[in-house]
Amino acid sequence: MKASVVSMKNVLKKFGDQVVLDDFDFEIQPGKIVGLIGPSGSGKSTVIHILLGMESAQAGEAFVFGQSMPDRKLLSRIGYMAQTDALYERLTGRENLQFFAEMKGVDPALVSEQIEHVSAVVELVDELDKKTSGYSGGMKRRLSLAISLLGNGDLLILDEPTVGVDPALRQSIWRELHRLRDQGKTILVTTHVMDEAELVDDVAMLIAGKLREYGQPDQLKKKYHESTIENIFLKVESQNETNVSHI
Amino acid sequence: MRRTLAISKRVTLELLRDKRTLMLMFLAPILILILMKLVFSANTSVDVKVATVNVSDGLVQQIDKMKGVKAVKFDSKKSAENSLKNQQVDGIIQSKKTDFYVTYANTDPSKTAATKAALNSSIMVNNVTELKRTLSKIQSQLPMQASSSTTQHVKPKIHNDYVYGNSKTNFFDKMLPILMGFFVFFFVFLISGMALLNERTSGTLGRLLATPVRRSEIVFGYMLSYGFLAIFQTLLIVLFTVYGLGVEVVGNIFNIVIVNVILAFVALAFGILMSTFAKSEFQMMQFIPIIVIPQIFFSGIIPLDTMAHWVQVIAYILPLKYSGEATTAIVMNGENLWSVMSPILVLILFLIVLTALNIRGLRRYRKV
Ligand SMILES: Nc1ncnc2c1ncn2[C@@H]1O[C@H](COP(=O)(O)OP(=O)(O)OP(=O)(O)O)[C@@H](O)[C@H]1O
Ligand SMILES: [Mg+2]
Repeated sequence: MKASVVSMKNVLKKFGDQVVLDDFDFEIQPGKIVGLIGPSGSGKSTVIHILLGMESAQAGEAFVFGQSMPDRKLLSRIGYMAQTDALYERLTGRENLQFFAEMKGVDPALVSEQIEHVSAVVELVDELDKKTSGYSGGMKRRLSLAISLLGNGDLLILDEPTVGVDPALRQSIWRELHRLRDQGKTILVTTHVMDEAELVDDVAMLIAGKLREYGQPDQLKKKYHESTIENIFLKVESQNETNVSHI
Repeated sequence: MRRTLAISKRVTLELLRDKRTLMLMFLAPILILILMKLVFSANTSVDVKVATVNVSDGLVQQIDKMKGVKAVKFDSKKSAENSLKNQQVDGIIQSKKTDFYVTYANTDPSKTAATKAALNSSIMVNNVTELKRTLSKIQSQLPMQASSSTTQHVKPKIHNDYVYGNSKTNFFDKMLPILMGFFVFFFVFLISGMALLNERTSGTLGRLLATPVRRSEIVFGYMLSYGFLAIFQTLLIVLFTVYGLGVEVVGNIFNIVIVNVILAFVALAFGILMSTFAKSEFQMMQFIPIIVIPQIFFSGIIPLDTMAHWVQVIAYILPLKYSGEATTAIVMNGENLWSVMSPILVLILFLIVLTALNIRGLRRYRKV
């Protein structure tokens, strides 16, 4: 078996008294798109922050490409898209891309080529020279995604990439994600949109600080005798709630 | 290095597109300087009228001779007090035996001060005249000896010599070198602090730290761009004060710019540090009365050695004290950089410590 790209072991994460991740284990195999789903506030973004080294866990370990995180140099191999559109609003789309390309250490000779490519993927080529303060919500989201594609990272970590994006563009984004996967990239996506969870290779359900279910959508459907991931998710979530109430 | 340059380029670009902030940095100081020049250069003569009760004629005449002071004789304390109440006079001087009892209206401190000064010097002059009279009496009884010295009777004349400026040098000139530093400190502190705060709250800092950028590269990138900004701001302020307001700078203008740029770096590092304690732009503003304004008092506008000892100690931890010391020496005494090295070194020490704290502080947002 190939080495995992992402590996989290016995991770405990607390904010004050609030336990967000409790003895949390998570592995991602290379060349897979993994969809991380869970109720709002369940800690999906926290998982991502720990993987990037922006938060540190109170216990347990997190590895990316076999290296213990946090590790600054490793970040050049990770494309990250945050849940909020963090953009420099006084700069144009192109200037934002340019800046982050330089931060990622993209070869200067390749910068403009990469900008062309990623902006074509998110269909922003015509808007690149507009200031991002004038972008619509969906445009910001797309630029944000384009930034994470810069540097051609082997691992993409996308926190709700398709919020506020129209259906047609959403489809083209997913097509691009599949294409990237076929090139051998590994992708971790969080989402609230359950039909997107049908498009991933593996679904991971984070509920009450633990990974409650993890597997291929088809297998999960068989296991729970349900036709949609949404129903499975609701089932797992309610099971967990009744478990809690029994305690 | 490439990342540092890219960050400074981006910060500069953002600043250049923020026209309002730019105006604030470059036009506001000029406007304030013009206003201060007008206010502090105003002719500040006072007109004081004092009532005298039971005061000897000689002394009343003497007081009346004082510049801006008019003395009026009153027969009783009662009538003088009435006039004081009706604001016809600004004070009452009453003589009882050998002592003087003075009542001030004290509605205008400058009038009070003028009255005090007039009374004191008049008493002195009066005493000297009496002394002279007594002396000459004694002398007439001792004709032989000291006669040669008294006959010459040379009236001493005071010759004025100004090391800096001339007789028109006023409070404004004294404040100017300090003000320059204050403007630089204030604007760089506030604007850089806001910029980093924004970067944090908008999430771009998180995104930035998700790239392999070094924490030090972020801090140095900011320093580079604000350093340039401070050079332009200081140049503008200095050139305007020298050529626009006609203030004399004895030393080298270039040296002033150097001191102020170092100060700007300190302000920048300070602003970035304080921004980590603020949750919003308004909270950033709250640092102004706590951190920025008090520095004015300790920057040399008010002589430090007149303050209580424990108050003086506070001054030693305030950057503006050191820049004030250095620029005042350059502007007024024409000192060169070597002779103001010690305050400059203290500023550099501030800078190193604050920068290290900032680089360390970014660890809160990324653990490596
Ligand atoms: N910096 C922080 N300080 C304190 N609490 C935090 C912090 N970050 C997250 N939390 C808490 O941790 C929990 C998980 O937050 P997280 O952002 O990971 O949720 P999420 O699953 O991404 O939710 P959503 O789907 O709404 O994005 C929440 O209850 C949140 O209040
Ligand atoms: Mg989230």
